[in-house]
Amino acid sequence: MSKIAVKVDDLTVAYNYKPVLWDIDLEIPEGVLMAIVGPNGAGKSTLIKSILGILKPIAGSVSIYGKPYDKQRPLVAYVPQKGSVDWDFPTTALDVVMMGTYGSLGWIKRPGQKEKKAALEALEKVGMLAFKGRQISQLSGGQQQRIFLARALVQNASIYFMDEPFQGVDASTEIAIINILKSLRKAGKTVIVVHHDLQTVPEYFDWVTFLNVKKIATGPVRDIFNDDNLTKTYGINYKVSIQE
Amino acid sequence: MSNAQFEIQLIASLVAVACAIPGTFLVLRKMALISDAISHSILPGIVVGFFITQDLNSPLLILLAALTGIITVVLVEYIQKTGLVKEDTAIGLVFPAMFSIGVILIAKNANDIHLDIDAVLLGELAFAPFDRLTIGDTDVGPKSLWVVGSILLITITLLFLFFKELKVSTFDKGLAASLGFSPAIIHYGLMSVSSITTVGAFDAVGAILVVALMIAPAATAYLLTTNLKKMLALAISFGIFSAISGYWVAHWLDASIAGSITTVLGLVFLLVYLFAPSKGIIAVIYRQKQQRTEVSLLTFLLHLKNHDEIEERHVNHLNEHINWQKVRSKNVLDLAQKNNMIQIDNNIVSLTKKGDEFTSKAIDYIITNEDAQIEDMKDDFFLFRG
Repeated sequence: MSKIAVKVDDLTVAYNYKPVLWDIDLEIPEGVLMAIVGPNGAGKSTLIKSILGILKPIAGSVSIYGKPYDKQRPLVAYVPQKGSVDWDFPTTALDVVMMGTYGSLGWIKRPGQKEKKAALEALEKVGMLAFKGRQISQLSGGQQQRIFLARALVQNASIYFMDEPFQGVDASTEIAIINILKSLRKAGKTVIVVHHDLQTVPEYFDWVTFLNVKKIATGPVRDIFNDDNLTKTYGINYKVSIQE
Repeated sequence: MSNAQFEIQLIASLVAVACAIPGTFLVLRKMALISDAISHSILPGIVVGFFITQDLNSPLLILLAALTGIITVVLVEYIQKTGLVKEDTAIGLVFPAMFSIGVILIAKNANDIHLDIDAVLLGELAFAPFDRLTIGDTDVGPKSLWVVGSILLITITLLFLFFKELKVSTFDKGLAASLGFSPAIIHYGLMSVSSITTVGAFDAVGAILVVALMIAPAATAYLLTTNLKKMLALAISFGIFSAISGYWVAHWLDASIAGSITTVLGLVFLLVYLFAPSKGIIAVIYRQKQQRTEVSLLTFLLHLKNHDEIEERHVNHLNEHINWQKVRSKNVLDLAQKNNMIQIDNNIVSLTKKGDEFTSKAIDYIITNEDAQIEDMKDDFFLFRG
C-alpha cells in the first residue's frame, strides 16, 4: 500500500447547527486521481473546503502527509468553483495565474521575475499563453477554467483539490483538462476532483469517493463504482453501465 | 489664492485620496454600502470620544470612533449570519440605531460645544484652516491637515505592504484562505482602515459626503480600466480632481464645499458612465448596433455562399429576399465591400476569396464554438468578442 496523502478523521461540519458532513473518515492514497461524487447538497465542496481549512469543522481532524494542513500548505493547491469569483474583477489572465505563487511568497513579499516566468509556463501548459494579457471577463467559460487550472499548476504542489473543474466547459476543454490531470497523476501527484458527470467517472478516474452527508464508500473505481453504491448515494435505483 | 484657500484644497485632496484607496476595495468587494453604515455609526464613538478628550482631533477620539465602525461591521455580520435577514437589511438595522444614539448624546450633552448635527452631517471644510496646530510657538498648519495626512500615510503604507493580499482575498477568498492569507484578518484590516479614514474625513466632509468620496471615484475608475493598479490610480485622480474643482465651484456659487465636491464627483461619474470607451452607455449602444450589422453581414455572406444562382445574388433581389430595409442592406453591403469580402459586377454580388474564407471560419465557430479559431477575427469584429 502506498503512502496516505490525505487523512480525514471523524470530520463533522455544520452550517447553523445543521450537519452537512457527518463523521467522515477518509484516507486518500498518494498518486490517485480521485472523484468525489454525490447528489447536490451532499457536502462535496464542503469536504474539500474543510480539508483546506477554509471552513471550520465542529469535530474531527485532517492531516496532509501526517501533519496538519497549516504546516503543509506548500504541498497543496486548490481550484475553487469557477462561479465563486467575480470575473469582472479588473485583472488579467497572467495576473490570476500569478496569484498561485502568492502562497510560497508569504505575507508582504511581492512576486518578481521568477514568479512571472512560472506563471507563463503554467499558462503554456494549459494552452492559454496567447491570452496572458486578456482581461478575465473577456475569456470564455472554458478558458476561465484553464486559467484556474494554470493557477493551481504554478503552485507545483503534491496534492491538487479541484471543485467541479468541468462545470460549464466545452468538450475540447474538458479533454484538455483531464489530460493535464492524468499527467499530474503520472508525475506521482494526488488529484482530488469534485465531479458531477457519473458517466465519465470510469474513464477519467481511478479512485472514487461516494459522499452524501456521510461517506458511503471509497476505493478503486473498478472495485466500488457499481449500482449498489450509486443507489446508496443517490437514493434512487441507479443504473449505469460501465463500459470495460 | 490665499493661504487658507490653498490649505482647504490640500486637506480636501488628501481626504479624497485617503477615501479612494479603501473605497476601491469596498467597491470591488461589493461592500459599498458598508461605508455608509460605518460613516453614520461612528457618531456615538465621536461623541463619547469628545467627552473624554475634549478635542475633535485627538488620536484617542479617532481610535474610539473607528472602534464603533468595527463594532458596526461585526454587528451587521452577526445579524446576517443568523440567516434571518439579508446583508442590506442587517446594515439598515444597525447603522440608524448607532447613529441615533449619537444624535441623542449630542442633543443631551453637547449643546454648548463645537459639535452640532449640521457639522456632523455635512462637515465644515471652510473652518478647517482656523483650527491650527502649534509646536512651541511655531504654527505648523491646520490640525486636520495633520490628522488626515497621518491617516493617509498609514493607508498608503498598508496598501503598499499588503497590496497582493488585498488583491487575492478580494478576487478569490477561497484561494486566499487556502494559501494562508486569512480573509478575516484582511477583511477587518480593511474595515479598520475604512473606519479610521471615515473618522478623519468626517470632520472635513461630514458623515454623508464621506461615502461619496469612498465610492464615487472608485466606481468611476471601475468603468475605465481592467487593471487594479490603474483603477486605484484613476480613483485617486478623480478624487483629487473633484476635491479641487469642487472647492472652486463652491467658491463661485458661494455654497457648501463638501456639497460641491460631491456634486462634481457625481458629474464626473455621469460623464464617464456615458462616454467610457468600452463600458460606457454610448459605447455599449454603438457596440450592439455594430453587432447587429455584423450578424446581418454574416447572414448575407452565408446566403451568398449557399447560392450560386445569379438571380439569388442580384442586389435588388437581396433587398427583397433577405427581407431587410434599404438602409440596413446598404450598411451591410458597405461593410462587406470595405472588408473586401464581396465584389459587385453589374449588380450581381459574389464572395471574394477572403469573404469565402471568412464565412467558412465563422460557420465553423458557430458550430464548434471553439474560440481559438477566430482569435484574429476578434480584433475586427465585435460579434466574436465574448
